[in-house]
Amino acid sequence: MTMAEGELAISELHFVRDQHLAAQPAPIRMTGAIGWVRANLLSTPANIVLTVVVLLLTIWVVWELLDFLILDAVWTGADREACLMSTQHREVGACWPFVWERLPYFIYGSYPIPERWRVDVFFVLLAVGVAWLLWLHAPRRGLGALYFFVVLPIVSYILLHGFAAIGLPVVDTVLWGGVLVTIVVATVGIVVSLPIGILLALGRRSHMPTVRFFSTLFIEFVRGVPLITVLFMASVMLPLFVPQEFEPDKLLRALVGIALFASAYMAEVVRAGLQAIPKGQYEGAMAVGLGYTPMMRLIVLPQALRITIPNIVNTYIGLFKDTTLVTIIGIFDLLHTIEVARIDPKWATPVTSTTGYAVAAMFYLVFCYGMSRYARATEARLRKGDKR
Amino acid sequence: MSSEQVTGIRPPRVPLYNDPRVRSVIYQLALAAIIVFLVYGATTNAIDHLQRAHIASGFGFWNETAGFNISQSLIPFSSTISTYGTAFWVGLLNTLLVAALGIVLATILGFLVGISRLSKNWLVSRVASGYVETIRNIPLLLQLLFWYNGVLKALPELRNSYSIADAIYLNNRGFYVPEPIARPGFGWVELVFVVGIVASVAFYFWARRRQMQTGQRAPVLWVTLGLVIALPFIVLLLAGVPIHFESPQAGRFNISGGIEVVPEFAALLFGLSIYTAAFIAEVVRAGIMAVSQGQAEAAYSLGIKPGPTLRLIVVPQAMRVIIPPLSSQYLNLIKNSSLAVAIGYPDLVQIFTGTVLNQTGQAVEVVAITMAVYLTISLVTSGLMNLYNQRMALVER
Repeated sequence: MTMAEGELAISELHFVRDQHLAAQPAPIRMTGAIGWVRANLLSTPANIVLTVVVLLLTIWVVWELLDFLILDAVWTGADREACLMSTQHREVGACWPFVWERLPYFIYGSYPIPERWRVDVFFVLLAVGVAWLLWLHAPRRGLGALYFFVVLPIVSYILLHGFAAIGLPVVDTVLWGGVLVTIVVATVGIVVSLPIGILLALGRRSHMPTVRFFSTLFIEFVRGVPLITVLFMASVMLPLFVPQEFEPDKLLRALVGIALFASAYMAEVVRAGLQAIPKGQYEGAMAVGLGYTPMMRLIVLPQALRITIPNIVNTYIGLFKDTTLVTIIGIFDLLHTIEVARIDPKWATPVTSTTGYAVAAMFYLVFCYGMSRYARATEARLRKGDKR
Repeated sequence: MSSEQVTGIRPPRVPLYNDPRVRSVIYQLALAAIIVFLVYGATTNAIDHLQRAHIASGFGFWNETAGFNISQSLIPFSSTISTYGTAFWVGLLNTLLVAALGIVLATILGFLVGISRLSKNWLVSRVASGYVETIRNIPLLLQLLFWYNGVLKALPELRNSYSIADAIYLNNRGFYVPEPIARPGFGWVELVFVVGIVASVAFYFWARRRQMQTGQRAPVLWVTLGLVIALPFIVLLLAGVPIHFESPQAGRFNISGGIEVVPEFAALLFGLSIYTAAFIAEVVRAGIMAVSQGQAEAAYSLGIKPGPTLRLIVVPQAMRVIIPPLSSQYLNLIKNSSLAVAIGYPDLVQIFTGTVLNQTGQAVEVVAITMAVYLTISLVTSGLMNLYNQRMALVER
């Protein structure tokens, strides 16, 4: 049948509608909110049961949390009497006056009160450094890296530890505590683990057997044992290994332990990145006559580190959570200050512990969730950048 | 034939210090020298310190009497006669017990949550991802302390224990259930149980061979349940229930008899399972998402229902992706069980690097033994997982 015959047929037979009817609206039960609920929550009998069970569970958990943290909570008071069921004659939730009173202790530990401005300045300097590095359109980001990895550590040490010559009295590290110590331990771990981790990763992929052997030995050893044993080693064995006159203070021992541990994990993350770089990049660099150091510094590492940023941030999240373990070797980080405060007779009630833990949980949740959002955003940004 | 003869051009003369091979040897010698120097320095310093502090060295303490009590022990232990060596085995067994149970619980919960995150049910997937995001971002130590101090230690005291029929007690000292004690005649039940296991394994292999040859499937699950559970139960009834339960007796100051689950153990088990499950859920989700959508669609187009599709098509393929990261999560769980020290569960670290280290002062030996144990566990586990991984790996044509 040719085209002309077909057209002829249509024009002669008029039972074919030549004008469109307006489309009928979809059934109300299939669209909008009702349709969405039917499709996503109530599609099959099993699904309905599941939805109801999970809904009840969710309501119960959220209600309990709300009840404890807000509705039943005690907001004012001077001591434990305020948070006791026997004096309040009702169910008692979180004991917030305990947190208000102990907040400075949770943040600064036993850092002398007249010197606490130094800690505040440190927090501000650190925040500036972090913002400088993370904000993509910040001016002079190269300078930011120099600031964060070189200037900041020196300035912070002088500021926090003290330097008698310029009029800052020395504050012994035993007095440090709370959020300050958590942040210091995490920051030192972050700042130290990246360079050492890169060196170890390069060492593990080196062609020199001795270098490869020692790097692999270190990485596998540290990754094979729990952090707590590394911390025990740092705290009880490190003083044995150095001459008596250099006995490191307790915080420094913990920092060494954390830094070594984080470096081994960082090394594996960086190594994964190095392995993802195609061989052609190495060969290209060699072909234009670059030696090992410039090849790594200019060609391989920038690409390898760029694709590993999400994994590096994930390692940092793990490190940030792991800083709590210094509690066990007697360093007063945030968790340890809460452990001390919750059994203080002035405030000890059945709800004090849970209140303290809730505060700590919120602190860690905010920081770690923030970091993981950053990692995910970076991952998305890099994926977009790789699409051509 | 050297390159000189082929090209007729002599290679440029390189000064010795620029020759890559010479350089490499120098670098390696330097590194080895530095490490030898550090190890030597550390050793001499340590010997010096230990001599000055009059601390013995060597492993002689292993056979000395320990003289402390351990709250939970799988093998007989008494503070007056048992040695540090026995304390070591008690700690190791406790670590392995909590790790093994934790792995089972975390795997079940992790798979449930991981699959729920991919559920088409919006509410279920949201709740599952809320669980993962919350649990992953709170330090394990904090969670353990919460379970221990916030939940289990906040239970009522002994006098006001929750109890069911004076047989099950729950208070802040632990959880007590009746202990089944076998009477003569119970041996038959045990015998039938063992026979049931052997028979069900044999049935499994027979069913698999038949399925390979004829394509017919046998109800393996039901037959196994029948052989392993129903049959011994029938024998138990036939033998006149030769078993009696010894209920825990609540006294004024403690509860005696029955099986006791100490709160330290329960807190550690909950904490580890819940924490690791969040990570396993992520591993499972990534594994299932790695199976191409076409596989499930092909199964649906063959008329296979969603349940069997997941069980027979998707999960077996996802397992290949899941197993390597899953095994590293298991290792993390085993290593994390060392946090027991914070809540006083007598695991290896708590007994050894805690009590034994304090009593003997022999830091080097004690820490070395503990680390060696964890290293061995890590190596053995990753070895087994690699073996399993090889069996599961894709066999290319």
